[in-house]
This record gives sequence, structure tokens and C-alpha cells, in this order.
Amino acid sequence: MNTHISRRDFTAGLGAGLGGIVVAFTLAPDVAVGQQPAALPGSLNGNRMLDAWIRIGADGGATVCTGKVELGQGILTALAQIAAEELDLPLERLHMVSGDTERTPNEGFTSGSQSIENGGVALRLAGAEVRAIMLDLAAKRLGVEAAGLAVADGVISAADGRKVTYGELARDADLHREVTAKAKPKSPTAHRIIGKSIARFDIPAKVTGGVAYVQDLRLPGMLHGRVVRPPSYAAKLEKIDEAKIKAMPGVVAVARDGSFLGVIAEREEQAIRASVALSETAKWAAGPPLPDQASLYDHLLSLPDDPHVISEKQAAVPDGARAIEATYHRPYTCHAAIGPSCAVAQFKDGKMTVWTHSQGVFPLRGNLVMALKLPPDKIHCIHAEGSGCYGHNGADDVALDAALLARAAPGGRPVRLQWMRDDEFGWEPFGPAMVMKAKAALSADGRIVDWNYDVWSNTHSTRPDPRGNNLLASWYLNEPQKPAPPGIIPQPAGGGDRNAVPLYDFPSQRVVNHFIKEMPLRVSALRTLGAYANVFAIESFLDELALAAGADPVAFRLAHLRDPRGRAVIETVAKKAGWKPGERSGGGKGRGIGFAKYKTLATYVAVIADVEVDAASGKVSVPRAWAAADSGLIINPDGLANQIEGGIIQSTSWTLHEEVKFDRSGIKSRDWLTYPILTMPEAPKVEVELINRPAERSVGAGEASQGPMAAAIANAFAAATGKRMRQLPLTPERVKAVMQG
Amino acid sequence: MAVSLRVNGASYGVPAEPDAPLLYVLRNDLKLNGAKFGCGLAQCGACTVLVDGKPVRSCVTEVGSLGQSDVTTIEGLGTAATPHPLQRAFMDEQAAQCGYCINGMIMSAKALLDQNPHPTEAQVREGLAGNLCRCGTHGRIIRAVLKASQATGRI
Repeated sequence: MNTHISRRDFTAGLGAGLGGIVVAFTLAPDVAVGQQPAALPGSLNGNRMLDAWIRIGADGGATVCTGKVELGQGILTALAQIAAEELDLPLERLHMVSGDTERTPNEGFTSGSQSIENGGVALRLAGAEVRAIMLDLAAKRLGVEAAGLAVADGVISAADGRKVTYGELARDADLHREVTAKAKPKSPTAHRIIGKSIARFDIPAKVTGGVAYVQDLRLPGMLHGRVVRPPSYAAKLEKIDEAKIKAMPGVVAVARDGSFLGVIAEREEQAIRASVALSETAKWAAGPPLPDQASLYDHLLSLPDDPHVISEKQAAVPDGARAIEATYHRPYTCHAAIGPSCAVAQFKDGKMTVWTHSQGVFPLRGNLVMALKLPPDKIHCIHAEGSGCYGHNGADDVALDAALLARAAPGGRPVRLQWMRDDEFGWEPFGPAMVMKAKAALSADGRIVDWNYDVWSNTHSTRPDPRGNNLLASWYLNEPQKPAPPGIIPQPAGGGDRNAVPLYDFPSQRVVNHFIKEMPLRVSALRTLGAYANVFAIESFLDELALAAGADPVAFRLAHLRDPRGRAVIETVAKKAGWKPGERSGGGKGRGIGFAKYKTLATYVAVIADVEVDAASGKVSVPRAWAAADSGLIINPDGLANQIEGGIIQSTSWTLHEEVKFDRSGIKSRDWLTYPILTMPEAPKVEVELINRPAERSVGAGEASQGPMAAAIANAFAAATGKRMRQLPLTPERVKAVMQG
Repeated sequence: MAVSLRVNGASYGVPAEPDAPLLYVLRNDLKLNGAKFGCGLAQCGACTVLVDGKPVRSCVTEVGSLGQSDVTTIEGLGTAATPHPLQRAFMDEQAAQCGYCINGMIMSAKALLDQNPHPTEAQVREGLAGNLCRCGTHGRIIRAVLKASQATGRI
């Protein structure tokens, strides 16, 4: 995506890669063979040239390039704030270019709440360095010391009143050099743009029907495609009636390669009708059955696992300590974007161009290279926003689907492909089902003196990967490609074991990640990875222990936590919600707390939720929630609050409603009736308090509140009913069973 | 085959079959981006437009069924430069994350406020009960609709 901040209309931005200006520049410096360059901070390390990040134009404005992409989280606005602050330029003179394999740095994936940390620090240091270079040039031109110069809005002034602009210096500024990362960024006290709730650049188009999404891209001669997926994961295509489909109105081509099947038509509704007819004529050989959902967790535990001890501390457990244990379950969960995945592809003059809402255009290109057997310079991936993704959904898969259809399109005509609702639910990689077993010893004086925690999970990332092809359609081609072997994500960030190591100070503990390689259902990264389930389990268990110790949940947490920033969010949210120590509401109404430091590396969040339980119907409602969050130095307070609120509400939906349904023959959650999510009347009222820490580095927050909210709901449920829900989600059937049990 | 329809006060003839869903005609023939494909099943509300002032799901509305009815899309309310009070309120409240559902939220809210210019919060929630949001922007959307209902002038 190519965004000019002052532009009201994104049309030119979305079309920029098509015959638009492509600036050629080298992204990698010349490094002599065998010479190891010094490590640079954040994303600078892999993208070491200054002009790969920032260029100054003759008009005095800056082109700012980022490999991070807008997913609806407001990141381009926040990154622009960082760059504008360091450059001393007003925001409207920045031209943001994002996620383009021919124009921007390769920053891997926009994931894991790392854009502010890695992409932000790169722009902060690059911006400071460009500003210092401009000051040196101005000093030479004006014949004064650089230290005596002032900069405002791209105009450099000497003490005697003489001025020179960035635009006047642009031609002499050699930014095609390796970043030193030595220029000192501004101190937080000097910030004028960072720390302000700047309105997001993308919102006006989104509320007025402007061009805002890859779905809105319309290229000359564009055709519409649809794919026909097998009835189950491993089914094989035996035959189709191609002639019948080709005779349908508007059909341009039927694309078939092995068991990959799609159709292209002049009009979108014609493509949809043809795909339905194609599906009806297709004959498939069924693959092996899925496991029985009723015994899913036993099935997962029966699979071979590779145990990793990720934390171990030993101390003698005092005599008389009480052992307490509990097991928790989290189901397969959908990303469930409101808009199904979409891509536009064009294969012309031997080159494939793909407009995509992938979270990583460079890794996507790598897997497209494998599938299409084209060299990397013949595949150009350009990011354009899609519907919110919340992790690895169908975005990358639909890009290959569109490319395969574009290859079948006559005359180099572009093809737009949007998955149908059924495709998205049935084929997206789900957030993995997980089992968490916790066991602790409680001393006579009510302290946790030993902690054991085991988590079983599949991998939490099957994103595009250089070690194999992770794009769905590649497995169904006539020459099927192999996916990359699934692996763990190492601690401290972790995958299935993300947030499995508690932040609390226990004298003795052992935490084990049981990595299960075999994947009964297709899985990958869903927002928070394992953190949602681990924080749900750990914080639920902490409340179970507090109850056994006869302690107040807030006081019990504080008694086991030294980290001052962790203590501060707990104390802040308790005060904000008016938490009363020892309060036991009961009677179907209850209040609970949950806390975590996301990834044990990023934002601290504590959440308190109020819950009401209707025992007769089993319905759980969450009228209110409060949160306190500490993300270090805040870049955009309103944007940060929006992420924390969104995480809390999305987590309410996961926790109350969401579970992928399947039977032996395939996935049964295929629409919003079979995979219901939270509705407007059910959404809790959320109040967020932000703790700004200017001296601490800025860390990501997009995934920080989901785990704490799940635990707050479960803990409030227990306070309301005296019963403990250890299996997600808290559906009416499950609630009624627990209430009667 | 051609079919005619009235959208945002203008008449159009488009080369679609009468049973084509209105959504694709709006998006592909009239190049209006506002209404979104979400499910094609009238379950999520992302494709909502007004037909003679009533909210309908354009993904399941056959274009040939419209006759002389007036279709209003979000583009018919206002622009980024001169927004409708609802659009203004959504911008003021920063009531979007990915924003894919927002067309439906604004069009359903328009229908609600036309019927009930000063709804309670509970009425706003009920009025938007058929529109799904995935990012968790619910609170801001509710605040934006209430704010628009308090704005002076015609909604």
C-alpha cells in the first residue's frame, strides 16, 4: 500500500504498482564476503541502507518506507508519527510506502505486536540520522556549527535568522549509505507528535465508501475468479465436467491443476454460479477421516509429543503444603474475518503481480516462487489492506489461488478472487486446540511454594516459509509441494508456550511445553498464539489457589509479584473498577481479575470483568470490563486504547462463544450460524486506563488484553456461581452442565 | 440483458441478469466500494444498503426486484470532505479498526435514526444486532451513533 497522508482518496495508492513509479534502489549494502556487519537495532539489522527507509524529495517532504503493513491496527499512522517526530516534519509532508517487494524494506511479517518495537525503532533511528545529515549540510552551507541550528517543519534556521529548507538540501543529501544508528533520537520531553492521539489516516475512506481495501481494486479488463475446494483436507479430484461449466454465461476459463480447481468469469456473480455448478459436477475421492470432536483432547494427548522444559527453579517444598491441580482446555478457534480473504493477480509479459493483504509480502513471494516456478524478480507482491485478519488466515492462500487463476486468464487480464464465506471458515488455518495442566503446592500460610505447568499444543505458525511451501493450493497441484516441517517458536516469546512461564515469583517451578507435531486440523497463528489459553489457565488457577488460601484474588496476586510495573497495572485497575477486597458477590453476579505481561516481553495488562450468569438458560453475559495497560512510551494513546478495548471484546467473543465444529467427514463451522461470534447487544462496556512510561521502550499491545480478559471472565463466573469453568468457551450447554454438576 | 436501477438519486442501466445480487452490481458496475461482501448469506450485515429507506442485505437482494425503488449507499450520505453526521461521528470517535463492517454499521444506524432520532444506548445496540464486528470496536461504534443522534440538524 502506498499512502499519501494528505490524500483523501486512496485510488492512486492502490494502483501505484501498476504502471506507477517504481523507484529503483539497492536495499542491501555491499558487504565483503566473510565480513560480519555489526548488529543494528530492530528491523535496521536486515535492511541496512538509510535510503531504504527514508528519502527526502526536492519539495522537502519525505518518502518513508516500511515493510510493516496496515491490518486495521492503525500502524501506518503510528509509524508516521515516529518518523515525522524525528525528522521534524509535519505529518502531512510524509508519504508512506508500505509492504511492497520492489519498494520497501523486508521486515518479515507484521505480527506478534512487534511493529512498534522493530519497525518503529528502525524509523526512529533512521529519522534521527536523516535529520542529523540535513543539519550537517545546513551547517556547511550557512557556515555555522550544526549545534547552533534549529529545525521546525523541515526548515533549518541559524541563530542569525538565515534559513535553509530540507528541499533545498535534498540534492546534496547522500542517503544511500549504511545506517550507523548513532544519531540520538529525541528525548521524550521534546516530543510534539509522538504521544498525541493523531486521527488515523485510513478512517475517512473507510466510513465514506472510499477505496480502502484490496477488495476495492478494479483494474482494466479485470476478471472475477472463484475456487472450488475439496470436500475435506485430503480428498483428491477425480473428474469434472469442464465442457458444461465452460458453456455457462460469462465463463472465460476453468483452471485445474491436480486437485486445485477454479473458474474465471467476466462478472463476479457469473464466477460464483459457475463455481457452484463446478462443485456439483466434481467427483472427489475422500481422504482419511478427522478425529472425533467429542474426544478431541484425549486424541491430542495420545499423539506423540516433544517435551521442552522451558523454566525450572528448584526449592524445597515445606512440610504440610497442600497440593492442588486443575486441567484446562481451549478449542480450535477461527480468525473469522468479516471480509473473506481476497487477492488480485495479473500475469503479463512473464511477470506475476499480486495485490495482497498478506502480513508478509516478502515471505509470501518466497512461497509463490516455489509454487509458480518463477524467479523472485518475476513476482511482485504489493500490500493492500483487507478485512482485519487477527493472524494468519486465508490471506496468503488466496494470493496463490489468484495467481494460479491469473495464469489461466487469457491476454494477461487481471483476476480478482475473493473467497466465499464457506471457503474462509472451512480452509483457514485455525488457532490450535490446547490442553493445560497446572499443579501447585500451597503452604500453610497461604503462599504458592511450588508450581508445575504443562501445555500441549500443535505449532502456532505455519506461515509462508522458506523450508517448504505453506500455501494451501500448492499441496493440491499435480506435482504437490510439501509444507515446511512444523516447529516451535523459542522462548521467551514462545508459540504454544507463549506466556506459559508466569510472571509471579514462585520459589520452585517447572514449566513444560509439549509440542505435538501431528496436526489433525490445519492450524497456524491466531492473535496471541498460546498466550490466550495459557493466561486463561494460569490466571484461573491462581484464583483457584487464592480461594483455597482464603485470600482476596487481587491481594493474592500482589503477594506473589515483585515486578513493579505488573503491580502497578493490577493496583490501577483494582482502583478504577472499585474492587473491594474479600467481596463475594454471588447470586449469579460476580467480578474477576486477570493479568499478564504479554509474551513476558511486551505490554502489561490487568483486566477486571463483571459477569452475570443465568442459571436456567446457562447464558453468561459480561456487561462491563475495566483495564489498565502499560506499553512503555505511548506513541498514540487513542490508538493504544482502541487495541486494548478491541482485544477485550474479541476475547469476550472467543471466551463465550467460539469453537470450531467438525465431524469425521470435515469442518462443520462454515458460516456465522455455525460459528457465532459476539453481537452488539452482548459487547461489554470497556474502560481503559493507560500508564505512560516515557523512559521505557515502546512495546506492542495488539495482543495484550485477550488472555487477561478470558481469565477475568472465568474468575468472575466462579465468583458469581461458586463453580469453575475450565473448558472454553463458556457456552450455555457447558455452563448448565457445570451448574448441575 | 440489461436491468435498470436507481442509486443515490441517479438512474443506471447495467448489463446484469435480473437475478444478480445487488451487491455485485453496486460494487462492480457502479464502482461503489461502500457495500462489502461478507458472507453472501444475509448473516453479517457488511453489505447493508437502504432500499426506500429500509435496510436490506444487498448480497441476497436481486437487482431485478428493485423496480423504481431508491437505493441509498454509504456514498449517498456524504464524503470524507463533507461527511454525513454519522460519518463525522465515526471519524470523531475513531470508531473503526479494520473498518470492513463499518459500512453496514453506518447504514443500519441511518435506518435506526431515521425511525428513532434519539435512541437509548440499548436501542442502538438492538438496532445494530444484525451487524457483526470482529475487531471489537463495538463500544466506539455505539458511542459514534449516540453522538450522531445528538448532533444538531437532520440525521
